[in-house]
Amino acid sequence: MIAVAVTSTWYLVLAAVLFGIGLAGVMIRRNPLIMFMCIELMLNAVNLSFVTLANHLGDIGGQTTVLFVMVVAAAEVVVGLGIIVAILRRRPGATADDLSELKG
Amino acid sequence: MTPTADVFVGPPIQWSSLSPMLILLGVAVVLLVAAALTPRWPRRTYALVAVGGALAAVVVAVCLWHGRGLSAWSGSADPTTGSSDPVRFLVGGAMRFDAFALWLTVIVGLAVALSVLVTDDYLEREGLSRLAPEIYALYLTAGLGAVVMGMANDLIVLFLGLEILSLSLYVLAASHRRRTQSQESALKYFILGGVASAVFLYGVALIYGASGSTNYTRALAAFVQNISPHRSEAMALAGVGLLLVGLGFKAAAVPFHMWAPDVYQGAPTPVTGFMASAAKAGAFAAMLRVLVVALPTWSADYRPIVWVMAVLTLVVGSVMAVAQTNVKRMLAFSSISHAGFLLVGVEAAIHDTTHAHPGDGVPSTMLYLLLYAVLVIGTFAVVTLVGRTGDGATDLAGFRGLARQRPVLAVAMTVLLVAQAGVPLTSGFVAKFGVITAAVGEHSYALAIIAMVAAVIAAYLYLRIMISMWVAEPDAADAGREPVGTPLLTSIVIAIAVAVTVVVGVAPGWLISLAQHVR
Repeated sequence: MIAVAVTSTWYLVLAAVLFGIGLAGVMIRRNPLIMFMCIELMLNAVNLSFVTLANHLGDIGGQTTVLFVMVVAAAEVVVGLGIIVAILRRRPGATADDLSELKG
Repeated sequence: MTPTADVFVGPPIQWSSLSPMLILLGVAVVLLVAAALTPRWPRRTYALVAVGGALAAVVVAVCLWHGRGLSAWSGSADPTTGSSDPVRFLVGGAMRFDAFALWLTVIVGLAVALSVLVTDDYLEREGLSRLAPEIYALYLTAGLGAVVMGMANDLIVLFLGLEILSLSLYVLAASHRRRTQSQESALKYFILGGVASAVFLYGVALIYGASGSTNYTRALAAFVQNISPHRSEAMALAGVGLLLVGLGFKAAAVPFHMWAPDVYQGAPTPVTGFMASAAKAGAFAAMLRVLVVALPTWSADYRPIVWVMAVLTLVVGSVMAVAQTNVKRMLAFSSISHAGFLLVGVEAAIHDTTHAHPGDGVPSTMLYLLLYAVLVIGTFAVVTLVGRTGDGATDLAGFRGLARQRPVLAVAMTVLLVAQAGVPLTSGFVAKFGVITAAVGEHSYALAIIAMVAAVIAAYLYLRIMISMWVAEPDAADAGREPVGTPLLTSIVIAIAVAVTVVVGVAPGWLISLAQHVR
C-alpha cells in the first residue's frame, strides 16, 4: 500500500477538473435544466478552490467568501428556475436548440 | 481580531457616503412592499416614485461630489494612483468612495430614471401595467448593482454587485410575458451570463490564491512587495485572464459578445436601452477599477490582450452591424462597436499605470459612458415607439415613412443616430474624440487609427436607418401598420436625450473639465 499525502494541490486540481466538467456540460448538453446544473457545478468548483486556498493560506477570508457565493448561487437558482419554468410551461420539452427565434 | 475576542466588532460604516445606494435600494423595497400590500396606485405613480428615487440618488451624489475635500475627508489619500483627489475607504476597506464612484452613480441614476419613464409608456401600450412596480424595483436594484461594481474595493464585493446587476437584468429581459422572444433572450442571457459569472469568480479565487487577499489594496500590496510566500505567477496570470473574460462578457467585448445581439433583440426595447447604458457603465467601471487599481503590476501582461480585444470589438461590431436588417440587432452591434471605443479608453488608462503623470484614459472613458448612456436610451426610446404594440416592428421596414408620419420624431432619431456615428457638434463626437485623444496621448497610434476607421464603417449602419426613415417609400404592406404613437413620458425622454446630445456637442468644455476629476 502506498501512502500518498493529499496536499492542497490535489484539491485545486479536483476543483479545476470539476470546473472543466461544468463548462463542457454547458456547451454540450441541450436541456436548459442540465445546463443550469452545470453552471452550479462550476460555482461549487470555485467554492472548493476558495476553501482550499483559504486553508492553504491560513486565512479566514476565503471561507467567508464561500458563504457569499452560496447566497448568490441560491439567488441564481430562484431566477434561473423561474425563467426555465416560464419557457417550459409554454413549450414543454423545449431544448436550447428549439429556442431559435432570435438570429441574424 | 484575536481568537479570544468574544464580541464581534464590525467595521465602521459611513452611512452618508453610502446614501445614493441606500436610496436606490430603499425605493426598490418600498415599491415591492407597496405592490404586495396596498391596493393599486393611480396610473404613473409607481413610475414617478421610481424616477424620484433615481434622481434623488443623482442629487445626493452631486452634493457629495461638491462636498469632496471638506473635513469629512479624513481618510487616507490613495497610495496607488498618487492622485490628489482623496479616496476614502468604506466598510472596512471593502468599498472606495471617490469622484469615480460618484460619477458612475450619476450615470446609473440618470439611466434608471430615463429608462423607467420610457418603460411606463411601454407597459401601458403592451397591457402589462400590472407588472409596473416590480419592473421599476428591478431597474433600481440593477442600478444598485452597477454602482456597487464601480465602488467596490474588493473582488468579492465586485462579484456581488455584478450578480445584483445580472440577476435583475435576467428578469427584466424576461418581463414581457407574452413574447416568446423575450423569454428566449432571458434564457440565453441567463445561461451565458451564469457561465461568465462562474469564470469571473474562478478568476477571483486564483487572484486570492496568488495574493492572499481579494481586497484591491491588499492584493496590490502583495503583488508589489512580492513578499507573499505563496505567490505564484502562473496562478495570478490565469486569474487576471479569467477576470478579463468575465468582465469582457458583461461589457459585450468581442470575442465574448455572442449573447448581445440575441438578448438586445429579444428583450423588451426599453430594457435593451437600459442594458446598453447602465450595465455597460457598471462593467467598464469595474474593468477600469480591477485593471488600473488592483492589478497594475500585471499591466504588461494584460495590455496586449486588451489591445486585441479593443481591435476585434471595433472591427466586428462595425462590420457585422452592416449585415443586419433588424434595427435592434443593428443597434446591438453598434453598442458592441461603442464597447470597442470604450476599450480604447481602457487601454489608454492601462498605459497610465506605467508612468507617474496621469493620462486621460479614465476620465475619457467615464465621460464616454455618461454621454453614450443618454444617447442610447434616447435611441432605444424611439425604437420602442416605432416597435408599435407587440414590440415587433423593429426591422428596418418598420421605420419606412417615419419622416412623413412623425417628422419631429424622425428628426430626433436622426440627431441621435448622427451623434452615435460621432459627427462633430454632437455629444458622440465629444466622447469618441476624448478616448482617441487619450489613446494618442499614450502613443497608441495604431489603435487610434483603427478606431477612426471603425467609426467610418459604423456610420454606414446609422445611414441605413436614416435612409429608411427619410427616403424609402412606404409600400402596401405598411398601409396596414398601426401609426407610431408619441406618449408623453417617452417624448420627454427623447427630448432630454436630444437636448443633452446637442448642448454637450456644442459646448463640451465644462463637462470635459468636470470629468478630469474622475481618476
